[in-house]
Amino acid sequence: MSKSSAVPSGVTAATLAKDLRLEWRSKDALNSMLFFSLLVVVVFSFSFDPNAEESRQIAGGLVWVAFLFAAVVALNQTWARELRNHVLDAYRVSPAPANSLFMAKALGNFVFVVVLEVLMTPLFIMFYKLRALGPAWQLIPVAALGTWALVVNGTFFAAISLRTRSREIMLPLLLFPVSIPALLAMVNATTAILTGELSAKFWIVLLTTYDVVFTIACLLLFELVLNAE
Amino acid sequence: MDAPPIITLTAVFKQFGRFAALRGVNAEFAAGGLFAILGDNGAGKTTLLRVLAGLAQPTRGSVSILGTAELRSVRHELGYMAHPSLLYDEMSGAENLRYFGRLYGISNSTDAGMTAVGLDPTLTRPVAQYSQGMRQRLSLARALLNDPKVLLLDEPFSNVDARSAREMVALLAQMRSAGKTIFVVTHQASLLEGTADEFVWMEAGQITNRNRQLRAVETR
Amino acid sequence: MKRVFPILGLLTAVLLSYALYEALVAAPTEQTMGNVQRIFYYHVPSAWTAFLLFFINFVCSIQYLVRPNPVADKLTNWTVIAIAIAACIAAFVIRPLPEGMEPSSVATTGLAIAGLYFLIKKCFSQTRTDALAVVTAEVGVVFCTVVLVTGPLWARPVWGIWWTWDVRLTSTLVLWLIYISYLMLRRFSTSGQTPVLAAALAVFGALDVPLVYFSIWIFRTQHPQPVIGGGGSIDPRMLHVLLINWLAFLFFAGLVCWSRYRLEILQREVEETQALEAMLEPRSRR
Repeated sequence: MSKSSAVPSGVTAATLAKDLRLEWRSKDALNSMLFFSLLVVVVFSFSFDPNAEESRQIAGGLVWVAFLFAAVVALNQTWARELRNHVLDAYRVSPAPANSLFMAKALGNFVFVVVLEVLMTPLFIMFYKLRALGPAWQLIPVAALGTWALVVNGTFFAAISLRTRSREIMLPLLLFPVSIPALLAMVNATTAILTGELSAKFWIVLLTTYDVVFTIACLLLFELVLNAE
Repeated sequence: MDAPPIITLTAVFKQFGRFAALRGVNAEFAAGGLFAILGDNGAGKTTLLRVLAGLAQPTRGSVSILGTAELRSVRHELGYMAHPSLLYDEMSGAENLRYFGRLYGISNSTDAGMTAVGLDPTLTRPVAQYSQGMRQRLSLARALLNDPKVLLLDEPFSNVDARSAREMVALLAQMRSAGKTIFVVTHQASLLEGTADEFVWMEAGQITNRNRQLRAVETR
Repeated sequence: MKRVFPILGLLTAVLLSYALYEALVAAPTEQTMGNVQRIFYYHVPSAWTAFLLFFINFVCSIQYLVRPNPVADKLTNWTVIAIAIAACIAAFVIRPLPEGMEPSSVATTGLAIAGLYFLIKKCFSQTRTDALAVVTAEVGVVFCTVVLVTGPLWARPVWGIWWTWDVRLTSTLVLWLIYISYLMLRRFSTSGQTPVLAAALAVFGALDVPLVYFSIWIFRTQHPQPVIGGGGSIDPRMLHVLLINWLAFLFFAGLVCWSRYRLEILQREVEETQALEAMLEPRSRR
């Protein structure tokens, strides 16, 4: 068995694969999240009962608020398994780079939240009789970029929250203010596409910038956060 | 000692708020020895191990392992086992070892690692269903994954039956013969009598006594 | 220090009184808004003071994060110098500048940023930098609250609305939220490395602000909104009163920060002494 002092590669892939496998196996979190998503959509439909014209105006905001709720619940679970038996210590003691762990967790969260979004969207379309008047394909990059914006910062702040009291409330407390520009972009882009009245291009550019800036910031600072005692 | 010490602690202090866990630890440890760290609860034994593992930064002082104070660069030569199992309860033993092996860049089979600690590599039960003894053995296997030069074990024999404990001690003796330096924090010093090279007594955050004989170090 | 503080306090009191007189009595009455406009002399200087304090917090946070790492430290030094040089060049090369910006002010701002950075680096050790970060965050939040309260108070009688999503108000709100979350992190953190976590959050906050600006700018081009506070030029007499008020606010902010800073340093010294005692004295056997 050769042992090199080089930094091990493939840690991100291995960690992501492990997380997805464990999530699939237990299906606990998955099932409760699915039901939660359904509940959110139903509750929102009861609260706002617009006609088709109005719904296009407000659906952007409603949908993203619902996704935000779902994302926060998912993000709070990010490190739950690692906390149980102090597994993070095992990670810190190994030569595996902190960023690999971060990317794996962020990607895992991304997959998880996208699954929820994919399940919630048809329900929203149904309840709100939604139909995109603008270029519907643009919704895909908006959803992808928007979800990554929430997930990348959410994973980072979830790690910060590990060292605080009232962990579950600290995460949204830290995440929401910083996410405001991204939320604005997501909501307005979606509304623009649904109503077809305006262009979503600028918002997509903003989201891309946001994603790039904060992904770099997270990668630069995660090691410090992981090793904070 | 003719060989240079493999681990040197120089005036190491570790503060947690107002609590001083380590108060000026000065020590040198030679390579290839099995050191038993003893002491009452709160003496600083766990903190000492965590500082050596790089999990806790000393508030003052420095630690040198394998000739360098940059502990990050020697992580691949360290093995750490703590009181929590540091394992995923939801995965089987082999899966756990395979994953943690990837953290060290190891993609070999984990069978040898499991049989070395007396576990059946074909077990598919998740670790949550292991007995405490099995969990301790797997935790040790995880610490040994990267064939480390320095092993740091925190209470490896706690809640383990006498037979398993003896087997683990025999394994540690084997490792020591293979040239590893091993630190064992334990409350069951008698288990290591005859095997450990030196007994180190800690009290109130300091090393107060070191001796090859257990009797000379124990104060009761 | 003990003698300077009361003198400074007296000076601040004088300045504040003078500024109050100027704002409420001496300044000319605005022709469309009437006397309500005078709240402008509190709203704008509070905003500038809050932004300055938050900027100092940002500089302290960056320093706290990069100082332990020599490579990062050097890199940041050179980046700051580069920013100052770029600002000086851009001030005289870019034509035309965005409205409201003079070449001299752009260049001065660039140099001031660099000056502030190296001043803090020289005069404050790592712990003291962190203490300064805490202080500026707290006092900054107070001034920011003043901005957010005076804004709607001014907007309601004049423009008939309590709030609008304009660049200044929105970015002030976001900054306020970010720094409230910063203070909550400081309070709720159980880590020994709280300063590092808080500094990381401050950096994230600082990165967020330009993005907020950009997003509101897009929003307003798509959804025209009323402009609170008016744009454009300002009567020189009013500018004079504005600057006097800002000076008075700066002195006041300086006084409060200094006082809070002393308290923070004292608190840390007490903790350090207690920690030192625990380290050196033998503990009683239980």
